[in-house]
Amino acid sequence: MGWNRHIILGLVATLVWASPASSNELGDADKGVEVFDECASCHSVGQGAKNRVGPHLNGLFGRRAAGIEGFRYSAGLTRMGKDGLVWNFDLLDRYVENPKAFTSDTRMAYKGLKDAGQRADLLAYLRRFSDDPANIPEAAPTASGTDHSVDPTILAIQGDPDYGEYLSSECTSCHQLSGDNDGIPPIIGWPAEDFVVAMHAYKDKFRPHPVMQMMAGRLSNEEIAALAAYFAAAGS
Amino acid sequence: MKLNRRLFMGGAAAGAAVATLAAPMAQASNHGKPKVVVIGGGAGGATAARYIAKDSKGEIDVTLIEPSRSYYTCFFSNLYIGGFRELNSIAHSYGTLAAEYGINVVHDWAVGIDRDARTVTLAGGAVLPYDRLILSPGIDFVDGAVDGWDVSHQNAMPHAYKAGSQSELLKAQIEAMPDGGTFAMIAPPNPFRCPPGPYERISMVAHVLKDRNPTAKIIIADPKEKFSKMALFQEGWADHYDGMIDWIGPEFGGGNVSVNPEAMTVTIDGEETKVDVCNVIPAMKAGRICEIAGVNDGNWAPVNPHTMQSRADENIHVLGDASHQGDMPKSGFAANSQAKVAAMAVRAALTGSKQFPAKFTNTCWSLIDTDDGVKVGASYEATDEKIAKVDGFISQTGEDAALRKTTYEESIGWYAGITADMFG
Repeated sequence: MGWNRHIILGLVATLVWASPASSNELGDADKGVEVFDECASCHSVGQGAKNRVGPHLNGLFGRRAAGIEGFRYSAGLTRMGKDGLVWNFDLLDRYVENPKAFTSDTRMAYKGLKDAGQRADLLAYLRRFSDDPANIPEAAPTASGTDHSVDPTILAIQGDPDYGEYLSSECTSCHQLSGDNDGIPPIIGWPAEDFVVAMHAYKDKFRPHPVMQMMAGRLSNEEIAALAAYFAAAGS
Repeated sequence: MKLNRRLFMGGAAAGAAVATLAAPMAQASNHGKPKVVVIGGGAGGATAARYIAKDSKGEIDVTLIEPSRSYYTCFFSNLYIGGFRELNSIAHSYGTLAAEYGINVVHDWAVGIDRDARTVTLAGGAVLPYDRLILSPGIDFVDGAVDGWDVSHQNAMPHAYKAGSQSELLKAQIEAMPDGGTFAMIAPPNPFRCPPGPYERISMVAHVLKDRNPTAKIIIADPKEKFSKMALFQEGWADHYDGMIDWIGPEFGGGNVSVNPEAMTVTIDGEETKVDVCNVIPAMKAGRICEIAGVNDGNWAPVNPHTMQSRADENIHVLGDASHQGDMPKSGFAANSQAKVAAMAVRAALTGSKQFPAKFTNTCWSLIDTDDGVKVGASYEATDEKIAKVDGFISQTGEDAALRKTTYEESIGWYAGITADMFG
């Protein structure tokens, strides 16, 4: 592996930096009850929980995305489920943080929860209703409620739409500029920030899809910004 | 680039200092705009013509020469044979390219190229000048590649490797096979158009026969030890068509083959078999116009990976199957990807537009049976030597049915996307 002392030290430093201020890395489930109030108008959890506007959240950890039979999920989440996405702490954390960046056509009309500590509290609460809490590792860093927002300096990059237009020709071999969706989702008119967050999620390989992981994996931060600028403007 | 008389005079006076501007200006003084002629209206040629016309916003005259008024894509023609697509769903016309992009679409054959005069001669007699010529002719077959077969036998033993009437013929022959009959395929040696194509075709033939003629047999004589997505196809054949398909590789004489189209027999390693349908896919070479242009080295036309310019002539670009470029497979997706790089290079040369580093991508989806789709893909970059693979992926054996169905649905979306990208 070629580990050396510098790398180990670097990793330790990263772990320390990534830990949240919260004393309990998993979050405080009791505080999570209050956070859940925001969700409760659409979701239920606990004994007798049923699907409502959103699916019930019992057994959420370890459930495949779009995994409740008979519930009408968005095409995007359904697709992620088929691609093999199984909810765990880290993925739920990212989804709750910015649902539309995670899956662009989600039917969950929720803007997202930016506060990492509150998300950790919420997920600690929801975890009580899953059969197998082993899905949430106790150890850092996965349970740490790390803020997954893309680095603000990356989000601040002003993309060159001309360059984006050139790069977009790689996208339009599959994604139609007309916005039609025949098995491949449309990306035209997507808000630039959501585009950037989503592409970095593919680049980091937590959004599942081999073609997109490959495409995003070779794009630089500037190239992603350029594409975001082009596609956002192309939809208007 | 706005050319006017003063600029032209200035350029002439400055002489060698502006030598790079000389080519477009010489044409501009004759005919106004720089001219691009594209030969071949398939995945490479149609894409290149559309991107040059679209992105130059009228600054470049684009002529597309293609004999067929209706273009049948080779990709998805196997799905037509399998009954998953109608033939008209893989047919495309050039109306949008002419009407919305202002491309001069000429339905004729290019029969001559004068590289010094920079002109293309058509079968109808017209002579078209060009500043840049793009050759995207696809493939032709190597003469004598399969003992006993030449194109005059393509009715008795179809290749169906240029889509359209050949696909219809092969499909009709498969459907008319007697109960318990034999379908044979003579598979081609590398390199050839669409590496998974023969094996997706076998899957589609098996799909049809399983339904209509379940005691029929399929044999494949193959000169290659390995083929694209081999593990995926073999797994799928065992799962869906157990016992129906006999693949005969080179170890068992799959490369030692002759056919007799009159008697409808196939001889593999000395053993003669009577067959009912024989799909001969011969060894391939670049479309004939590349030979006429003198840009081939052997069977294919070597290109500069940064621009897709011919190594033999910088005023000529060669795209897709006909080019010899490095690691990319010969596929419609690859031709579409290369066309965008060439279009950018052509615009930069003729109008001074920005040129960015070349990037290429390819993904090939194949259908094994209903809702059982698989894919392989890679990304590429240009090095001075070749188009070099950067990263890739392939479907895995043992994937669950839901993922395979998604992969198939994705291929349908891709077809709609790429044909819109080609034909507008």
